[in-house]
Amino acid sequence: MTAITATRVNNVLTLIGLTWFTPVIRMIAGENPRHELVQLWRLLGIPVIAFTVFLGLWSQLAQQVETSLGKIPGPVAVYEEAVSLWEDHKIQREKQDAFYERQEKRNAAKLAEDPNTEVKWRTYTGKPSYVDQIVTSLKTVFMGFLIATLFAVPIGILCGLSPVFNSAMNPLIQIFKPVSPLAWLPIVTMVVSAVYVTDDPVFEKSFLNSAITVTLCSLWPTLINTSVGVASIDRDLVNVGRVLQLNWTTKVMKMVLPSALPLIFTGLRLSLGVGWMVLIAAEMLAQNPGLGKFVWDEFQNGSSHSLGKIMVAVFTIGIIGFLLDRVMQTLQGLLTFSDKR
Amino acid sequence: MTRTNDNKRYILKILAAAAVALGTGALTGGPAQAAKLTPEKEELKFGFIKLTDMAPLAIAYEKGYFEDEGLFVTLEPQANWKVLLDRVIDGQLDGAHMLAGQPLGATIGFGTQAHVITPFSMDLNGNGITVSNEVWAKMKKHIPHKDGKPVHPIKADYLKPVVAEYKAAGKPFKMGMVFPVSTHNYELRYWLAAGGIHPGYYSKTDISGQIKADALLSVTPPPQMPATMEAGTIFGYCVGEPWNQQAVFKGIGVPVVTDYEIWKDNPEKVFGITKAFSEKYPNTTLALTKALIRAAMWLDANGDANRKEAVKILAKSEYVGADYEVIANSMTGTFEYEKGDKRPLPDFNVFFRYFATYPYLSDAVWYLTQMRRWGQIPEGKPDTWYHAIAKKVYRPDIYLKAAKMLVDEGKAAKADFPWDTDGYRAPQTEFIDGVAFDGRKPNEYLEKFPIGLKQNQVVVGAEVQG
Repeated sequence: MTAITATRVNNVLTLIGLTWFTPVIRMIAGENPRHELVQLWRLLGIPVIAFTVFLGLWSQLAQQVETSLGKIPGPVAVYEEAVSLWEDHKIQREKQDAFYERQEKRNAAKLAEDPNTEVKWRTYTGKPSYVDQIVTSLKTVFMGFLIATLFAVPIGILCGLSPVFNSAMNPLIQIFKPVSPLAWLPIVTMVVSAVYVTDDPVFEKSFLNSAITVTLCSLWPTLINTSVGVASIDRDLVNVGRVLQLNWTTKVMKMVLPSALPLIFTGLRLSLGVGWMVLIAAEMLAQNPGLGKFVWDEFQNGSSHSLGKIMVAVFTIGIIGFLLDRVMQTLQGLLTFSDKR
Repeated sequence: MTRTNDNKRYILKILAAAAVALGTGALTGGPAQAAKLTPEKEELKFGFIKLTDMAPLAIAYEKGYFEDEGLFVTLEPQANWKVLLDRVIDGQLDGAHMLAGQPLGATIGFGTQAHVITPFSMDLNGNGITVSNEVWAKMKKHIPHKDGKPVHPIKADYLKPVVAEYKAAGKPFKMGMVFPVSTHNYELRYWLAAGGIHPGYYSKTDISGQIKADALLSVTPPPQMPATMEAGTIFGYCVGEPWNQQAVFKGIGVPVVTDYEIWKDNPEKVFGITKAFSEKYPNTTLALTKALIRAAMWLDANGDANRKEAVKILAKSEYVGADYEVIANSMTGTFEYEKGDKRPLPDFNVFFRYFATYPYLSDAVWYLTQMRRWGQIPEGKPDTWYHAIAKKVYRPDIYLKAAKMLVDEGKAAKADFPWDTDGYRAPQTEFIDGVAFDGRKPNEYLEKFPIGLKQNQVVVGAEVQG
């Protein structure tokens, strides 16, 4: 392997966040193995050992706490619950298939009886499996995030460009930024049920309630970062723009946006993180069938498996949050040229 | 213009006549082959709270009774009774497992105002009152024993000294119930008041329900009851199963009395839908009532032979989700009071026998009398008012129509339904304090209680006037 290809592979890996591969590639490329081994130890060895220690402590301490639902589940119990959730997912899929089969038979019988009857296809009515709930949560958070971005970026640009507009918006931003999703939710619920009245709704109300709550909470990091990014644009660039007598649109598209992009992305990353965090709380109360509702329902179940399942959800939420952040980081790396990340 | 209008009216008349003919045909025997229902709305979402008495819904789904009627139902657990009711009213849910007081409360405008009706009563009994270990230890000293075991039913008279002790120490005696218009609230109040403990009044301006109270009652969602008591926020609660048995299993409290002992065979949950829904989708309403009746029949069939299977279904995480043993304890004919003190209670959960699913108007009147007794209905009302509201909310007409169809289809026996009742049960006497209830005379009934509002009494500030 030549040094150049090694560097290229390395760049790609760094971009998607797999930095601990770097020493391995360097070693393959024939660089000083001793130095690289130390690097590898630092990037991979120490985290693995730390995690193992965490697991050990967890399983020891979990034994000590006796709740009214039994002992706090240790790592093994949680793993077992994860497996049983996966098994349950497969069972649900089988039930779903059986449902469709029954439906097909019933429709066939209907058609045989009277060829002119209108047969309808219905989606499965059973409970959502754990995997379905994860998908619902992801859909909800992206919906909320998308709406937030559509509002936050333009407003942020205006704030950054015009000090007057900025001072007009500032009090609003400062007041609404720290509000908890749990405070927004009742208001959002009432507004949505008053305004969103259709006979054939595209979205469930509970979905909209959760998504809009996510929007209201995840709006702010993007907005603030965008305005800061736009405001801190290089004075020289602005002066060049003046000399060239660029019109407003060109100025925004060619100068302002590209130079503010790194900070906008930082804002988006923070927003998505906040959105994912508040989503769980919103789902619990809005009854949107995602991970939040899963946690709440399990808490209500109060069975001997409930705590284990909730722990599985905790890890799922954490890992997905981490992956979302990585995705945003990678996108940022691909789309911006700055070293400010 | 006039002519088309006349024509329209004429056609409507014919249609109406035909409908009447069909209707009476269906009720008076009619053709043996009942016409198949075509539900107007086939995809439905029903809500429930994680309690064992949601069983008819789970069974109607799992046994395919909904699908038999051409209904495609999704069942969804709800966070609490308030969320559930609001979601039925604003149409996010098509119907739900409700507290008997919810349709009545909503219709008379206590809490959220909306016209909610019920064509199906879901079960009898099924609740218990549990106190914390500490309170039980203090109470037990006063309870008479026989063969080393407390004599049942345990009256609140024995709790009275404990409440007095707390009061003297300056600690408010707090208890939990699940909703202001819940059966549990009225049962707990009934039990406390029968033992001379004042559970407090509601008034027009103060809806905390703690005016003049010896015991302060507040709302906690059923599944959180054991945890709230364990945390020391409340000293006891009244709730449905499995949350009393849960307390025994976790060793955090002792159930002292069941509602079966407070009022034998009392009506518990109902299936609630909005009036608008029943008018817009009459066939769907009939179809879902049919499916629920069949589920209730299955639950009580062959001397409760199916209960074990039912418990297995309920223990799934999407329904009640508690452990099998906990649910089985009360669903299979026994009830564990103090740990190890397991007694037979075959009628603790009744789903079908004793005409349990028929929505009796007198049941509605009883709940209305209790709302009046504690001031949720702030002013006195004439007897006619009670009967009118009961008729508005409880709909035995829909129930009997659905039952008739099932009999015609050969899925139910004629003897299973009370065809000739006028909706009022014969006067009932089996209450813990022995006070008789005649649904036809609500005001006379209210006169009989030493604690409670009567006639035109009104609570103003912290005083009862009139």
